[in-house]
Amino acid sequence: MFTYLLRRLGVAVLVALTVSLITFSMIYLSGDPAVALAGEAATEEDIESIRTYYGYDRPILVQYGDWLFKALQGDFGQSHYLKQPVALVIFERLPTTMMLGLCALVFALVLSIPLGVLAAIRPNSLIDRTALTIAVIGQAMPSFWFALTLMLWLGIIWRLLPITGSDSWANFVMPSIALGYYITPAAMRLTRAGMLEVLSADYIRTARAKGLRPVTVLFKHALRNAILPVISLAAVQFGFMLGGSIVIETIFAINGLGFLAWESIQRADLPMMQAIVLVLSVFYILLTLLADMLNAWLDPRIRVA
Amino acid sequence: MRRQILFAAACALGASTWFGPAHAGKSDDTLNWATDREVAVVDPYYNNTRELVVMGHLGWDALLFRDLDTGDYKPLLATSWNWVDNVTMDLELREGVVFHDGSSFGAEDVVYTINHVSSPDSGVLTPKNVSWMKSAEALGSHKVRIHLVNPFPAALAYLSNAVFIVPEGHYDSAPTAADGKKDYGAVRAVGTGPYRFVEVKAGEYVLWEKNDTYMQGSPKGQPSIGNIRFRTIKEMNTQIAEMLTGGLDWMWDVPKDQAERLEESGQVTVENAKTMRVSYLAFDVDGDSGQTFFTDKRIRAAVAHAIDRESITRNLVGPASVVIHSACHPDQFGCTQDVPRWDFDPEKAKALLAEAGHPDGFEFDIYAYRQREYTEAVIGDLKKVGIEAKLTFLQYRALRDLVWEGETPINHMTWGSSSIPDVSAITSHFFSGGRDDPAKDPEVVAWVAEGDSSTNPADREAAYKKALERISGELYWLPMFTYAKYYVYAKDLDFQTTSDEIPRFYAAKWK
Repeated sequence: MFTYLLRRLGVAVLVALTVSLITFSMIYLSGDPAVALAGEAATEEDIESIRTYYGYDRPILVQYGDWLFKALQGDFGQSHYLKQPVALVIFERLPTTMMLGLCALVFALVLSIPLGVLAAIRPNSLIDRTALTIAVIGQAMPSFWFALTLMLWLGIIWRLLPITGSDSWANFVMPSIALGYYITPAAMRLTRAGMLEVLSADYIRTARAKGLRPVTVLFKHALRNAILPVISLAAVQFGFMLGGSIVIETIFAINGLGFLAWESIQRADLPMMQAIVLVLSVFYILLTLLADMLNAWLDPRIRVA
Repeated sequence: MRRQILFAAACALGASTWFGPAHAGKSDDTLNWATDREVAVVDPYYNNTRELVVMGHLGWDALLFRDLDTGDYKPLLATSWNWVDNVTMDLELREGVVFHDGSSFGAEDVVYTINHVSSPDSGVLTPKNVSWMKSAEALGSHKVRIHLVNPFPAALAYLSNAVFIVPEGHYDSAPTAADGKKDYGAVRAVGTGPYRFVEVKAGEYVLWEKNDTYMQGSPKGQPSIGNIRFRTIKEMNTQIAEMLTGGLDWMWDVPKDQAERLEESGQVTVENAKTMRVSYLAFDVDGDSGQTFFTDKRIRAAVAHAIDRESITRNLVGPASVVIHSACHPDQFGCTQDVPRWDFDPEKAKALLAEAGHPDGFEFDIYAYRQREYTEAVIGDLKKVGIEAKLTFLQYRALRDLVWEGETPINHMTWGSSSIPDVSAITSHFFSGGRDDPAKDPEVVAWVAEGDSSTNPADREAAYKKALERISGELYWLPMFTYAKYYVYAKDLDFQTTSDEIPRFYAAKWK
């Protein structure tokens, strides 16, 4: 198990490095950062002086090496736009995004697990069909459209919830639903499939034959086993939601990491973009690693594969 | 069942009471306005966004004030000014003015500000706004002399729009950033303006409060509304939602279709106002892009005759937009529209194409970065005369690189002139022989230089006219139209739109 962990950690570090290198290169491919910083009305001299001021006149590999060396020491540099240390800004905004991601995950699991269980208990019934419909809609509906629909009904027409901001828990209701709904179908279908498989297993038949109460059989024996892949999925999806919150944070004007990423891309704030991509990818890698370790712990065949 | 429905209704009512959007505006004397940009640095020299241009006029005063109705310059922090020679200007300053931190305004503040921002090490984000000044010196407690680098006839426009005065020593307390450079943008904002800076939360808001001790006799008038809060709301639909629920009092840049629907709703005031931004097509007249069609003036003329600019302004931009014929904005000093015109005439376009050896048209690449629908309208018009334009839509910075490298057969661009009401902010930028100059016509370059170096208005107008006639006559550019913006604001807000795209919130009032 320890060897497996080391191997996976090594791969994770390589992935993080690759992501940072690709990000760095792609940012440069999207245009001259000095032009973006100087603004539209800037003269050639203005742009040149900004290029020199921020060190964009150095070879790209030198810039990357310099950035990587400092990043390994926890120094992501200074945001060109916000004029603050990048690490500080990320540290300030990460909790909002984590909060949104967690709320969305909770919403998704609270909705998907009961529906998945019900669908498995009554396969091909009305409940199962309803759950399937929810899953299909969830997969097909763009999150921005769903977010705007929520805003229209809950914010403008009924005026039940605030439209923008992150001041109170009420601000997180609509964004959490909009973000969480997207992963609900996968979790629900996985729960349903797991439950169907487990419910037809011999040990469940034995438990029923022993006269255990149906609720005990369902929750204590069946769900505990069927839910494991869902937990693994949830860990990975949580990482996805941290990155995927860009759209939702933008729509609901939530001042989190996703919103910061979108803003930084638009204003070519290179140090900020690089750090955000690295932080989010490291989160994703760690969560994937966690899911892998969980699976390996549950299934020894994975460890020796 | 009935009890359950009643309970649900009570919950909904309770929730709406607890969590319903806070209504801003007249009730709490706070004008909330929003754009899609995040503001973190509240300083007119270290943040070059439009938001800070707007806030610059709230929190700071310039030396002069430009009356938008007459185009005249009026005293603001300076009470009078005169040119000693064409690179030296003396200004008498207003007495009794106090900064927001309580310190008195005087000559040393002007000298400090100008010497700081014009220094190459200052790191000012738009050096063009200040690099025309060499230095300043005090001639008395309330008299200063400004030395220019070269003759700069647009000096008054910049002194009224881009040079805001800060207290002496203001930037001395700037912290040193991690990269070892002074972080001047981190210094707390202090000016003499009608509003005093209170607080900024990057990505959320910037709050200003009324300066109750604002100087009497200012052409800006006395501020009326208690607080002005800028909010960052990235998504236009979200801004509209906040507007409809009272979370916002003012927004702009609303797309035409949405603005019209909002107007129909009757809940808000909708206004279409002109801006200083113009749209133009720049041709690759030298054939650097490899697609050499536009080296032939007949082809350029065919393109010009094929595009129905009136239709674009009327159907897409808005009623305040007008077709332009010169490479500048009609409201800018020196911008004559008395130049060769290329009216909409598709038949003439076809005839010119045939004459140039392309009776069946041709295919080329067009590049754009802003308002895709406008460029698509151009493409549609060109298609009607047989010209197939393939659109490459890029971010501004990526497109500007390509333009400089000469890789765009036609680029559909825009220019806002930083709201400077002088042709030197646009024509001189694009036709002085630099990388942005598509033609590098030596005569045009000379005429522009002549206009840029004279302080005599009549001489300037005459020089620019020759340049503008050549630019339009030879079709180095096809000037398209002026931009117009849709403003949407609360019914109870008394607000006047302006032609320079700088909303004067200090003059707004509640009805």
